[in-house]
This record gives sequence, C-alpha cells and structure tokens, in this order.
Amino acid sequence: MKILRIIKKSIKDAFKSVFRNFSLSMASISCTAVTLILVAIALLVTYNVRNITSDIENVLTIVTFVDANATEGDIADIKDVIENMDNVSSVEYNSKEEIMEQMSEDEDMKEILDVLDTSPIQSAFVVSVKDVRKIDSTAKKLKEIEKVTRVKYGETLVKKLVSMFDVIKNGCIIAVIGLIIVTAFLITNTIKITIFSRRNEINIMRLVGTSNIVIKLPFLIEGFILGVIGSIIPILLTIYGYAFLYDYIGGKLFTELIVLVKPSDIVYLTSLVLLIVGGVVGMFGSTHAVRRFLKI
Amino acid sequence: MEFIELKNVFKVYENGVTALADANLSISKGEFVFIIGESGSGKSTLTKLLYREEKPTKGSVFVGGINVGKLKNGNVYKLRRKIGVVFQDFKLLPKLTVYENIAYPLESYGMKSSDIRDKVLRAVERVGLKDKLKSYPNQLSGGEQQRVCIARAIVNEPSLIICDEPTGDLDPKMSREIMDVIETINKDMLSTVIMATHDKDIVNRMKKRVVCVHDGVIVSDKEKGSYIQNENS
Ligand SMILES: Nc1ncnc2c1ncn2[C@@H]1O[C@H](COP(=O)(O)OP(=O)(O)O)[C@@H](O)[C@H]1O
Ligand SMILES: [Mg+2]
Repeated sequence: MKILRIIKKSIKDAFKSVFRNFSLSMASISCTAVTLILVAIALLVTYNVRNITSDIENVLTIVTFVDANATEGDIADIKDVIENMDNVSSVEYNSKEEIMEQMSEDEDMKEILDVLDTSPIQSAFVVSVKDVRKIDSTAKKLKEIEKVTRVKYGETLVKKLVSMFDVIKNGCIIAVIGLIIVTAFLITNTIKITIFSRRNEINIMRLVGTSNIVIKLPFLIEGFILGVIGSIIPILLTIYGYAFLYDYIGGKLFTELIVLVKPSDIVYLTSLVLLIVGGVVGMFGSTHAVRRFLKI
Repeated sequence: MEFIELKNVFKVYENGVTALADANLSISKGEFVFIIGESGSGKSTLTKLLYREEKPTKGSVFVGGINVGKLKNGNVYKLRRKIGVVFQDFKLLPKLTVYENIAYPLESYGMKSSDIRDKVLRAVERVGLKDKLKSYPNQLSGGEQQRVCIARAIVNEPSLIICDEPTGDLDPKMSREIMDVIETINKDMLSTVIMATHDKDIVNRMKKRVVCVHDGVIVSDKEKGSYIQNENS
C-alpha cells in the first residue's frame, strides 16, 4: 500500500513536471521523436533487406553437370559427396532423361531437340547453398569432384547485391545504436534541467528524510513518459506510413524478385520496439541525470 | 553514551577552511542547548554534522548511538526522519500550501493520508497556525512562515530538533513568540533542541545551556549561560 501511494504520487509529480516545463518537454519529445523515426526507418530497412537477402539466397543454386558416361553408382557417390559438403543445404538430381522429358512438354523445345543430332543435354545436380557469400569456394569444390564436367552459377550480380545489402543492414544497425545513444543523451539533458529547476525542492526532500529512491522515482517516470510520448509519432508513421509506401510502390522494388515485407508482418513489432526503446532509453537517460546531479 | 556525542571532531572544507577543530561535546536527551558565536565561527557547520549534511574530516559524531559520519549516503534519510531542522530562511516550498508543506515529509514517507492529517493538525496546533492552512508561504509574515517550518520539523515527532538561526530574519517580538513555541515543544514533546544563534537577547533571556564557538573551537560550555558572560570568557 505504502509503495502504491508513493508510486501514485511519483506519477502525478512526473506528469506535473512534464507540463510545468512544457517547452523543454516538447523539445525533448520532438528530438526523441525525430531520432525514433530514423530508428524506425533503419529497422524497416533492416527487416526488408534481411528478407530480400534470404529470398535471393533461396533461389541461388549451382548447377553441377555430370559426365555423360557416369554410371548410376557414380551418380550416387557424387550425390553423397555433395550432400556432405559444408555449405550445401539441398541437392536435387535431374537425369538427362528427366530434363528431356520436361523440355519436350514444351512444343518449341521439342522441335529444337528433334533437329539436333546428339543431345546437348547432360544430367545435372541442382545444389542449393546455405551462404551465398561462400558460393565461389563451394563451386570450386564441386568442380573438383570426379566425373563432374562443369558447374554453372552465373549470378555474380546477385552476389554483389547481397553483399551490398549486408553493408546496408550493418549500417542500419550501427545507425540505430547511435541514434539510441543520442536519444538517451537528449533525455538526460532534459531531466538534468528539470532537476536543476527543482534543486531547491530536492534539497528540502533530502532534509526532511525522503529516501533516495522516492526522490529519484518521479524523474525516472518523467524520463519514461518523455520517451513514450516521443515514440507515438514514430509509431503512427510506422504503421500508416509503411503501409502507404508499400501500397504506393506495389509491394516490390524494381522487379518481382525483390518483394517487400508485408506491413502487417512487421509494423506492430517495429512499433513495440519503438515504444520499448523510447521508454527504456528515457528511464536510462533520467537515471543517468539523477545520479550525476543528486550525488546520491 | 549520551544522546549526542562529538569526539575530537575536525571539519576542514574542500577549500581548506577549518570550520571546526577538535570539538568535543555531549548532550543528553531532552536538553535545550544554544550554540553561539560570531558569524563564520562554525555554528552551522556543527549543526550540519549532526544531521549529516556534512561529514567530519576527523573524529566521530554520534546521534542516538549512530555514528553519523559513517552513515552510508543511501541511509541518511533514516537519520533525517528522527531529526527536525528549522532554518533562518524557512526552506518552504512556494508552490505548496501551508498544509501541504507540513504534510510533505510524511507524504514522501508513503504514510496514509488520514494519519498524515492527524499529525499535521497536531503540529499546527502546537505552533498556532490553524487558520492559515490553505495559505501559500508568500501570503504569510516571516514569523508565520517560521511557524510553518517548525511545524514541518516536528510533524514526525523527532527526538532531535536542530535550529540554525531560526530568528535571524525576524523582529524581536516575533522572535520571542517563536522561541516560546520552541521551548514549549522542548518541554511537551521531550525533544532535544539544539539552536545555533547569535541573538543575544534570546540567549540571555532563556537561561539555557550555552556552548560558545570561536573560530571553529569550542571555547566555553556553561549551564544557564548568557551571551555577555561567554564573550568575556
Ligand atoms: N560549504 C562550505 N565550503 C567551504 N567553506 C565553508 C562552507 N561552509 C562554511 N564554510 C566556512 O566555514 C566557516 C564556518 O562557517 P559556518 O559554520 O557557516 O559558520 P556560522 O554558521 O557560525 O556563521 C566559515 O569560514 C565559512 O566560510
Ligand atoms: Mg550559520
């Protein structure tokens, strides 16, 4: 009961202080909002990049052609070797006959095949890799296997794209961390000024025997309130802005290959992250300010 | 051990000023003691050591058996709840009413508001301010403000009341009234009162124990002392 009374009073005091120092609070809230908007953008970009990267990775394969006179035993051996390789996620064998069959379902292809004397078609393994970054060395290893004639994985462009996305993703993560620190710093300064304007009051509190935690609590709550209010606009922008953008560009970037994450899949999680970041960073900032200022 | 004991206490401030040198003092429960001396002699420093606003540089200060100098920062509030402090400048919160100012400490302890009400009314009755409960400090005279400060100091029924020049800003008539209030509290509530002052009239009239400080040194300590007497010694 006693704790409840103290918390209730602290919340009241915190709100009072937010309104009493209205212009200062607004400054801190808007700065928090701006940084959180950037955090939101960084988060959304990161999600999307990760999603796109894994989409691309899923379609990236190494086609591994096998010598025409390989026996069924050879094929089984090769498959074994490939399956045991590090970077391989799945292997699928398409025999020459299967490929021919698939092709001959297509009328145009059938004509071409009929014209040809000897079939250019070879049996092949379609190998999916786990990590596209290591695709070169995996291809090299595949080529070294006996009875493998050649390997094909033309997508250097895709590879470049993926590593570019990696850079974007890491850049975003660093930006998010940096922005969070900036936000904490801003809130620290706001609370410092609040504390400064209430120094007299704090001195009196200490004199009359108010415990340190009770003195600190309103400031912690104030920091939390500032952070949470500062996250409201970024959250609205995330929910409505991202949906708007998604609809506006039709859910994809340049090509059908690069599909954006559906709004409903990420905006709520992102909003929650923003709310928590705002609140926690606000409290962290104010704890810092209180400790430095009250020397308690 | 007495209620208050200072043993070979030195206080040297960070700027190198020695405000108190080798002070020894013991005060029993329920006593009324004046600390006198010129401005800058170390009276306030002595009182601050008691409520742990300052820590002794050397020596030990005991209040109610607690070694105050060794008290951890986080525990200072426990000491302060047993000590009421009255200042020359009142230190009231301007945005709170008289009632709220007096209730403030108890509220911050998390006390129930009905209990707070009882205690505040009792304290207000002792200082005689019943009809001013809804006023703000700036609507009161100096003497009335000092009454509020005293009411706040006694609201939690402390065993020790420390006053630092409580009448410094008051005219003689108001000063006398304030002293009467404090003396009554000392008698009725059995609280120990330690008062730093350089108000000769009061000291001479009240005939209490007088401890005289000169340049940070306790130069005399007399039962039923007076200001003149101490100046001569
Ligand atoms: N916080 C402080 N820092 C440095 N010097 C101080 C401080 N407080 C008091 N002093 C010095 O200590 C001496 C005693 O001061 P004080 O105890 O306030 O005397 P009094 O209350 O008798 O006027 C003075 O010389 C004063 O300047
Ligand atoms: Mg003084």
